[in-house]
Amino acid sequence: MIFTPLEIISFSVLLLFLSVLFVPLLKGNQRLLINVSFMLISLASLLGLAGGIWAVGGGITNKLVLPLGLSDLPFHLRVDPLAGFFLTVICLLSFFVSLYSIGYVKGYLGRRPVTSLIVFYCLFLAGMMMVVIADDALFFLISWEVMAAASYFLVMFEDENIENRKAAFLYMIIAHIGAIAILLSFGIMAGLTTGFESFSGYTFDAMRQAEFPLKWATAAFLLAFFGFAAKAGVIPLHVWLPEAHPVAPSNVSALMSGVMLKTAIYGIIRVTFDLLGSFPWWWGAIVLILGLISAVMGVLFALMQSDLKRLLAYSSVENIGIILIGIGASMIFTSFQMPLLAALALIAGLYHTMNHAMFKGLLFMGAGAVLHATGERNMEEMGGLIHRMKWTAPLFLIGCVSISALPPFNGFVSEWLTFQAFLLSPALPSPMLKLLIPLGAALLALTAALSAACFVKAFGITFMGHWRGASMPRVHEADWPMRSGMILASHACLLLGVLPTFFIDWMDIIPQQLIGTKIGASSGAYGWLWLTPIAPERASYSGPIVFLGILFVVIAVYLLLHVRPGNIQRAPIWDCGFAKLNERMQYSSASFSMPIRRIFGFLFKIKEEVKLTPCGTHKPFPKRLNYHLKIRDRFWGWLYKPIVDSSFWVARHVGKLQQGRIQAYLIYSFITIIILLLFSR
Amino acid sequence: MDINIASQITSFLAALVLLTAFAMLAQRRMYGLVNLFAWQGLFLSINTAIVGFVAGKHHLYISSVLTLSLKVILLPYILHVLIRRLKVHKEVEMVVNIPMTMLIGIALVIFSYHLTAPVMELSTLVTRSTLAVALATVMIGLLMMITRRHAVTQIIGFLAMENGLFFAATSATYGMPLVVELGVALDILIAAFIFGIFFFHINTTFDSLDVDQMARLKEED
Repeated sequence: MIFTPLEIISFSVLLLFLSVLFVPLLKGNQRLLINVSFMLISLASLLGLAGGIWAVGGGITNKLVLPLGLSDLPFHLRVDPLAGFFLTVICLLSFFVSLYSIGYVKGYLGRRPVTSLIVFYCLFLAGMMMVVIADDALFFLISWEVMAAASYFLVMFEDENIENRKAAFLYMIIAHIGAIAILLSFGIMAGLTTGFESFSGYTFDAMRQAEFPLKWATAAFLLAFFGFAAKAGVIPLHVWLPEAHPVAPSNVSALMSGVMLKTAIYGIIRVTFDLLGSFPWWWGAIVLILGLISAVMGVLFALMQSDLKRLLAYSSVENIGIILIGIGASMIFTSFQMPLLAALALIAGLYHTMNHAMFKGLLFMGAGAVLHATGERNMEEMGGLIHRMKWTAPLFLIGCVSISALPPFNGFVSEWLTFQAFLLSPALPSPMLKLLIPLGAALLALTAALSAACFVKAFGITFMGHWRGASMPRVHEADWPMRSGMILASHACLLLGVLPTFFIDWMDIIPQQLIGTKIGASSGAYGWLWLTPIAPERASYSGPIVFLGILFVVIAVYLLLHVRPGNIQRAPIWDCGFAKLNERMQYSSASFSMPIRRIFGFLFKIKEEVKLTPCGTHKPFPKRLNYHLKIRDRFWGWLYKPIVDSSFWVARHVGKLQQGRIQAYLIYSFITIIILLLFSR
Repeated sequence: MDINIASQITSFLAALVLLTAFAMLAQRRMYGLVNLFAWQGLFLSINTAIVGFVAGKHHLYISSVLTLSLKVILLPYILHVLIRRLKVHKEVEMVVNIPMTMLIGIALVIFSYHLTAPVMELSTLVTRSTLAVALATVMIGLLMMITRRHAVTQIIGFLAMENGLFFAATSATYGMPLVVELGVALDILIAAFIFGIFFFHINTTFDSLDVDQMARLKEED
């Protein structure tokens, strides 16, 4: 071959930058602009996808030094299987989402120009791809900032709404605090590599070679983890996520939630396993514990939401938690020299990364289709869409089943692998971990169950029953480009669930490079049919057989119901003898989550208010009942509000220095000079 | 020339520079202020020439001529024109009254002597005793900028500060390299021009050159 994977990927990035230049030329014809540019982006994604798959499949590591950047600090590019894997995740979802966008973005036609949306969409994708192929701290941070800035403008897209501006601002602040932490972490590593006199330690290669003293390595790890956690939305740094994702255009939320959060996961793996290399077990414990907290709290928050996209955003927090559980467990096992289990846990984390990109992308696309069709995000107003949206509803259902970790879809496989890593772990040599690991497994099980409940609610309230709002808008089904994006994503969910052995064989090279062991998806005797991590006598799962079994049951039930015409009867709903039922009497989103709110209510700040309007003077016979429910994130009051308040307080008092009089400013300098002279004497 | 005589002459000129600095603090009239500034420049120029002669540094002659042409002739001329055009030759307004300013000035001179005492012990130059005066001139220039409310007096304060710096350079190290001095001279000239243009604009915008008016530019909270 003439090309290397890295060249293909670089070409794909270049294509994205070229389309940025080319988009303003077509500004006059917005419809054409949408068609052409998203086609180009899909093409670029396919190219990147090919490069990524090839890099992982062939176990190829390519390097390239670009003569760009500052003088003496050229940009280094590198693709290895780990980068290739994340490129595959990014490009696969961006391919689906770009196809979907051809239809979705047309919804803005006539309302506002979409040129800026397309420009920043390209930059956003290019930024994410560059983050993954960067091989020095400088280029990494530049790409990181390109990604953050572009996504800021995408969140800001509908900037006439105050909630968009607020969300984008919050996102910007947290992204930058994170970026500063990452910068400091790279600074520590680069400084320890070559000393602070020379800059040559800024390449990742130099960092890989270096040996870091534990104290500094810990500082670098904690800073990097903090920075990446802010991007990934790990609790308690998650507050920007449920604000920014709902207000962004849905195709952008799909990408932000599906893949942008994953770049942070990439960063964590790159820094810990690759750059720092060796670490004590408690680093892994930190990652694991924060992952557990994010998973449980994330899904509980998700359950309480009635805004569909906000629910999905909180569910992303949960899934990031599950991924971090895998990675944290892998770190613990690595530091205790249990490479096989470490590899299994890492594979589980990475597998879930891929899966979450697919089903969360699918769900956000589905939510976008609903939003596009009804103009509504609040589930309390929706209902009965299954009759109007005959394509979107089953596709959304596939996403829900996948994210609820039910076989035969993909969510099951990765969560099952995570459980295997937990359950197969023999007695670890630390009493605290002996407690932590079973507790982790129990919490993970709780998370899976709660997330199933959460998505029963999401699907049931949105698509089942009758329309709850005042008047039903004219709902139209998504058009073909949107459908095709969702159909492809749902097929990816199914394939990843049914044929996990192929996928794990493909990515087995990553743990081999990072930890030194493969897990070998299927032990020889069983072939590709059975997924048997570690040993067949311990645990095994066969995607194809389960799939066929489920398919058989579904077909059998369908036939049983439809073989005789009288088997299904349609009749009016039994109204318990009361007066006529109306749409407001349906099961609602708030009532669905009521039992769980009762149990876990202490975790939230709940304000519940019932107001009765009596009929005349007869108190026992209310004419009307108003119910208000307000559920707030406690972290905001605990962590963020004090910081916000104190910074405003400081700013107000510092502001008093600004007199606006020249003399005052001169006096400040004069006094400063005199004091400095006094001290320097 | 005998080194002792040279040293005495430089000290005498330093005293004159300090005297003009105090005179500028006390002067109420705008024209008088510009004239005092020109006098200060003249003393500075003579001092530079003498130092150049004694130390045998011939590039100091160029600095001296430069000072003479810029600070004694050109800048006072520009300021005169400015004052006439803007019609601001009335009394100078002060934030702090004159006796108080003078007292602060005296405190600054004492502070400067205190500050430069260790330098004077180490230095072997003829001009070492004038360093404290130079530093005091700088601080008095800054004090003038703080205590005056009028924009033109502020620029004179700024230029007086620059005089002090120049003086310090001559007395501490027999002057800066010629290139640096040329650059500084050019900077001062350009600064004066820019200030002139700004004053015209400030005058048309605020109908006054009182810098207190500019407090209105501050963002309200």
